[in-house]
Amino acid sequence: MVFRLLRARWRHGWQAVPDPVTAQVDPMFRGFPEIAKEGTLSTETIAACPGAALSVNPVAIDLGKCHLCGSCARAVNSPIRLTNRHHLGQTRRDALVVTAETTFEEYHARAEKGRDEIRRLFGRSLKLRSVSAAGCNACEMELNATTNANFDMLRYGIDIVASPRHADAVIVTGPVSANMADALEDTWNATPAPKLLILMGACAISGGLFAASPALDRRFFNDHTPDIYIPGCPPHPLTVVNAILHYLGRGL
Amino acid sequence: MNRVFLKNRAAIPFDDLPSISYEAVGDIVAGSPFGGMRLVTLFGVPEERDVVRLVALFADDAQGTLAVTGVRTSRGATLPSLTPKMPVFHLFERQAREEFGILFDGHPWPKPVRYPHDAHTPRRIEECYPYFSMEGDETHEVAVGPVHAGVIEPGHFRFLCDGERVDHLEIQLGYQHRGVEKLFREGPLALKSALAESVSGDAAVAHATAHAGIVETLGDTVIPDRAALLRAIGLELERAGVHLGDLSALCNDIGYLPGTQMFAVMRTEIINTSLALCGCRFGRGLITPGGVNYDIDDRKKDRIARTVIRVRDNAGLLAAAVFDDQSVLARFEKTGTVDTATARAIGLVGPAGRASGLSCDIRLTHPTDAYARHRFAKRPLRNGDGRVAVSGDVYARAFIRHQEIQDSLRYVLELIGHLAAAKDGIAVSVAAPRPGMIAFSITEGWRGETLHAAVTDDDGATRRYHVKDASFHNWFGLALAVRDNGVSDFPLCNKSFNLSYCGFDL
Repeated sequence: MVFRLLRARWRHGWQAVPDPVTAQVDPMFRGFPEIAKEGTLSTETIAACPGAALSVNPVAIDLGKCHLCGSCARAVNSPIRLTNRHHLGQTRRDALVVTAETTFEEYHARAEKGRDEIRRLFGRSLKLRSVSAAGCNACEMELNATTNANFDMLRYGIDIVASPRHADAVIVTGPVSANMADALEDTWNATPAPKLLILMGACAISGGLFAASPALDRRFFNDHTPDIYIPGCPPHPLTVVNAILHYLGRGL
Repeated sequence: MNRVFLKNRAAIPFDDLPSISYEAVGDIVAGSPFGGMRLVTLFGVPEERDVVRLVALFADDAQGTLAVTGVRTSRGATLPSLTPKMPVFHLFERQAREEFGILFDGHPWPKPVRYPHDAHTPRRIEECYPYFSMEGDETHEVAVGPVHAGVIEPGHFRFLCDGERVDHLEIQLGYQHRGVEKLFREGPLALKSALAESVSGDAAVAHATAHAGIVETLGDTVIPDRAALLRAIGLELERAGVHLGDLSALCNDIGYLPGTQMFAVMRTEIINTSLALCGCRFGRGLITPGGVNYDIDDRKKDRIARTVIRVRDNAGLLAAAVFDDQSVLARFEKTGTVDTATARAIGLVGPAGRASGLSCDIRLTHPTDAYARHRFAKRPLRNGDGRVAVSGDVYARAFIRHQEIQDSLRYVLELIGHLAAAKDGIAVSVAAPRPGMIAFSITEGWRGETLHAAVTDDDGATRRYHVKDASFHNWFGLALAVRDNGVSDFPLCNKSFNLSYCGFDL
């Protein structure tokens, strides 16, 4: 019996991503959009965008609304191409808009680092408390994956804790349903300052697919300004890890 | 004629729905599975003024047929509750009461379901329904949630305990309510794939397939064979990936760390295969009405096959070690048992139902797409004492995951083998939805029966969209499973079901 387990362990090998900061993802991954200077979007393509993330004149994509579903990139003669660049985290809401002028390098340079106090306090130890506020559980699964044997965010001292009392940051997934609004506010208030607010996924950033639903209550964001935005639907675990590392001054 | 018979993925004119009494709906279900039909769903379709048409869908799993019927009633009406005799009705009646104010006389537990924004009598979830309580020297209550200790969705659990023993668990969901059914009605139904994928993110392919099935049924379209194969590959990879993740989590909950880490890594390999297939680790973007969005070439085909074979063999080896370990069996066996009669009475579906001895699997009983065209067979694996695990406990629900991982990955390899002969394209265009119809589409997701239904108006626009995730019935199965177990075994029971909060809350 124990020999079977040892054999399984032997075949398991070494699975950790050696360096999450420089790791690449599969070429099929739908990440940073490149927009050609020529070409325009048809009305059908704009109507088919589930998150209403596209605009014309000039052609632009709001990654805060985009689900990276690829429907615009698959359209005939589309000026949009989705690359597999996955470092997508930002620190300002308006920095998430990508136009034909935006190169990946320029986009990445927009992301700011946290102020000195934050980097000194949390640079080597950051504890996250997750609040799923009507998330569809894809973001939750990817957030969990950041701590698994592959991505192992714990190597940087970043971990997920069970109580807001132990946390330095609240990471929100989901569009915030009316039924979760109070619980989100309570969790935030229970977290000691200084604290970070991190939004993970298109739903948390903008309401996403559910932005028009009367079942949401996003008034929480009238009073609290997020520190980190992590776009995607769901964001890849490497996108999450790198967005946080960059903010702490430890990323690319 | 008290019902109309039809097949999975079929539509009938809405006006052809029979109109029968509510008691007669109970007569159709009575005696199931011996003579009666299994209740699949029951939902209201609002009509002019205050009229509500309750639509009931039944299944005869042995014959592979479905049947549908209707009950004409109105908002605020009172109907006799069928729940005391047939518990499978209990959530459907609560749902109809919440959405349309229909009262069910004699319902033992008429509490709200999900506190939707558009309820007949809207209520805030914070001021919700008085919970059950229990009094006595040794009794106490444990309240958990909505925000849980782990990274999971929100829900409230209220344990009524006698010492360490759980007498009853009351589960209150609704925190995840996003108004999904309403959003399906806005705009062309064919553009709602992303929304379907977000009904429950861990069953994205299942929900997207069920939704595509509705659009194709209403548009009278048959998808190409190659698309059907690729869809089934997506579905089975999703199933194997989640099952591997759940075995990892079950091992974690009993402190069996080799299993935790190694199953988790195999899950990563499988979901990264989904990423290579369609650009998303959860299969998003693969399914589109009319077919699929992404094809695989020979090089990728070989890569997928190699990964699938490696994970199949490694998972089999590790599972053999896990299920042979006394310290594992001591925690799994006779924990959280749901017996066959209870499972049938409350309508358990999916692996949880099969682990309790029900033979419910849409892939076999009501097959569509690839499952109808290319034989899908299960090879029941025998456990240590030579029997198939149907004991309804955590052991059975864990062991069936191991069985299904093997079945799914074997089927993926067969499907990949069929790809060479299927050169008929990956998608066709779908005609506009036929007006005035009601359509049903059921897919066996990894969690079980995933049902979508739509009613179109005279212009072909969607006037009612209904989703029933496998979690709808199975949450109550979890509540019954933890009775008479220790409070500390709840996480183990919970993981063995792994239910969707958002799939329930919609």
